[in-house]
Amino acid sequence: MSEHVEWSEPETAAPPAAAALTPADAADAARLVAFGLQPKLQPARDQEYGELLRRYREDPAFARLADAVAAGLGLVVLEVSPRAGMAVAAAEDSVFAVRMGDYARRTSADSMDRFLHGLAHLAVAAMAFPRPEDLADDGYIGRVSVNGVDAFVRQACRRLEERAEAQGENTDPASDAPGLEAAWRIWARRSSTGATKDARRLAGSTTGIIGKAVGFLTDSGFLQRTGDDNGGTYRTTARYQLQVRDMAGSAAMAELLELGVVPVTDGTATLLPADDTDDLELVADAGLPFHS
Amino acid sequence: MTSPAPTDSVPPQFSAGSRPAPGPAADEGLARRLRALACTAPLHDLDARKANLAGEYSVYGMAEVALAAIDLVTLNMDFDTGADHDQIVARLIPRIAAQAPRRPVEEHERVARWVLENLINVGSVDRGFRAVYGTFASDGTYVRRDYDFKLIEEVPGYGGGVYLRTTDEAVNVLVGALDTDVTSAQIAAEVKLEVLISRGRLADAQLAAEQARYRTVQYSETLRRALDATRRNVRAVDWLQTVPDMIAEALDHVADRYRHENAILTNIRKARDESEDPEQKRRAAELVDIVKDCIRRHTLLQSRLLEAGPLFRAEQDRQAFATPMTTSGTDLYGHLIAPLLPLPAEQARRVTDAFFARGTGLRTPGSVRVGDLVDLLFTPPVEREHLGAEMPEPDLIATPDDSRFSEEQLGAAMELLELPADAPRRLSGLLADARRLDPELPYLVALLAVHAASPPVGTAYRQGEEKLLFAVDDGTELDDPEFGGADLIVGTALLDAVGMAADREAA
Repeated sequence: MSEHVEWSEPETAAPPAAAALTPADAADAARLVAFGLQPKLQPARDQEYGELLRRYREDPAFARLADAVAAGLGLVVLEVSPRAGMAVAAAEDSVFAVRMGDYARRTSADSMDRFLHGLAHLAVAAMAFPRPEDLADDGYIGRVSVNGVDAFVRQACRRLEERAEAQGENTDPASDAPGLEAAWRIWARRSSTGATKDARRLAGSTTGIIGKAVGFLTDSGFLQRTGDDNGGTYRTTARYQLQVRDMAGSAAMAELLELGVVPVTDGTATLLPADDTDDLELVADAGLPFHS
Repeated sequence: MTSPAPTDSVPPQFSAGSRPAPGPAADEGLARRLRALACTAPLHDLDARKANLAGEYSVYGMAEVALAAIDLVTLNMDFDTGADHDQIVARLIPRIAAQAPRRPVEEHERVARWVLENLINVGSVDRGFRAVYGTFASDGTYVRRDYDFKLIEEVPGYGGGVYLRTTDEAVNVLVGALDTDVTSAQIAAEVKLEVLISRGRLADAQLAAEQARYRTVQYSETLRRALDATRRNVRAVDWLQTVPDMIAEALDHVADRYRHENAILTNIRKARDESEDPEQKRRAAELVDIVKDCIRRHTLLQSRLLEAGPLFRAEQDRQAFATPMTTSGTDLYGHLIAPLLPLPAEQARRVTDAFFARGTGLRTPGSVRVGDLVDLLFTPPVEREHLGAEMPEPDLIATPDDSRFSEEQLGAAMELLELPADAPRRLSGLLADARRLDPELPYLVALLAVHAASPPVGTAYRQGEEKLLFAVDDGTELDDPEFGGADLIVGTALLDAVGMAADREAA
């Protein structure tokens, strides 16, 4: 149904200066963007899609037109290639953007739930691309499982708990200020699963939250389900890698920097054993995350 | 286990806001005790709340059932998963049944499930408990804090099932002061066990053996977590020293315990076979079972340890020997998750929100034309073929009546046993009468008479029966060609049905 929207845009988006381009070209450009809006569609499976992709790559004027159509619709073009197709992402205030309140009803009332859903998405990405190289390598296919993501976040939480204990801290939050509770405690506190009357996953448990996240990402064409082991196993698609690398990762990083947290890593050292004489003194634990 | 001890100081920005300043030392001890106390609260709560349940449940000792449940879950926790929910319920039932033997089994099961669900705390979203306590901060202000804990938690198991595990808090409530060094605690327990056995004090030895088993379970639990982490990511562990050291240490431990426990086993077996006292024999037999279970768990642990090496190498090959990339991307864990988790939740949420907004993909909004809507609404629903194929007429076969006695025989026997209340009779006379009527009848009469030997008086009274057949053995030997045993006195007792009815109305 969204086609109505796309078809109406090109007239305004196509600059009148490009005299060589006809309305038919604009229609084709919009058609390509429309293909891009169907993330589960494989370019290799659709001849028209493949043809338009080829034209985008060979005809710069057509490429500019398609980019303009996308921009007018509030879309960011991440990559146009045979493997990823017309990979577009929604700009922040676009009609195509996913809002947390629509994603999970409870989150509008409960800010802790909102955090858990967000962290689940971040953790799925981190599990899918555990090393910086994995995120940078175009040929890399990540694999995640629901239980694996939960176990991995819990492990990180446990590290923090042990560290707090070793330092004799009292991490129990003050009763009247729930927002000041350390983030890891919220995940650690939530049960990882639960028996329900109808054999479904308990929606509020952490595996339930992760299960929702991977299900949603599968619908977005970012993951493909490969099996049922470990609560469901999935592999990543090229689009997911692009989205995480070019959009989500940097956005989250910018927000973190704004909070005054400056994570410094040397990018490769994570595979080496921890060094007692670590010179990254300021943020030692962030530098070698798995050893903290 | 998997990581070298953190030696670096925590970066200053992590501490901002997220970590309350530690209070005076004395207050810290108080806080620890308050938390320990809080862990027992759910158990007391069970007994306090049982009065609110629909039905008469005060006869059950709920705290006792709860502790037994924690015991059972702890002992049934396996390496990979946890204890099975239904199995725990089934094993709890005998204890509950012993508390109220006259109640129906369904009620016992209901109690078991109620206790288990309350230990999980099914009603709350976290499925845990929260206690509030107060401490003095270092600046002298009084701060109320939330302490969140779980006793039994549900974990995902193989094939999508949900299993139960006891938490550290629960184990601490159960045995007490278990958060000491596992290895040394185990050695201590075993030395104690050996001494106790050599002195023949089996009752104490059993207690020590059970404690040793809890520690064994706890030890394998620690290792399971470590192995889990290594399977997820090779970088999670120190390949050069920590992991090989840990495996060597654990294998040594297994070998050591194995030798030790086999020695104990030989000792107890000797105690079991040589002991004259049946009670001591029974205890020794139980001990043998416990120690065997310990050995089984150690063997399991050992096989896991042997698998760990090849697994590491395979992962190492996959991850370390790939072509190095020239560009470096974002290290999602190191750059985002690790610095984010210690932040206060309010701040951390801003980061996850930012990731969510751009990392979830796009959704095309549905736009509806009125024309489509009208068509859609006016389309009649598709007729469904909801009737299946026709059922074949079942072919019924009459089963032969294989009852031992016929209705007429039962009637005759009941008539024979229709005795006046003031004239009970001997079984021998009744059998002789019955034999005159029908050669089969004495069997039925004897059966009914034996059945009347311990009649359910209370039930009959409550149900408003007016009389009840009873049989009493006064020691006289039965002299009969077909039957042996006591020559019972069979008679009819009158029950005060009117009084019962009045009682019932008064109630």
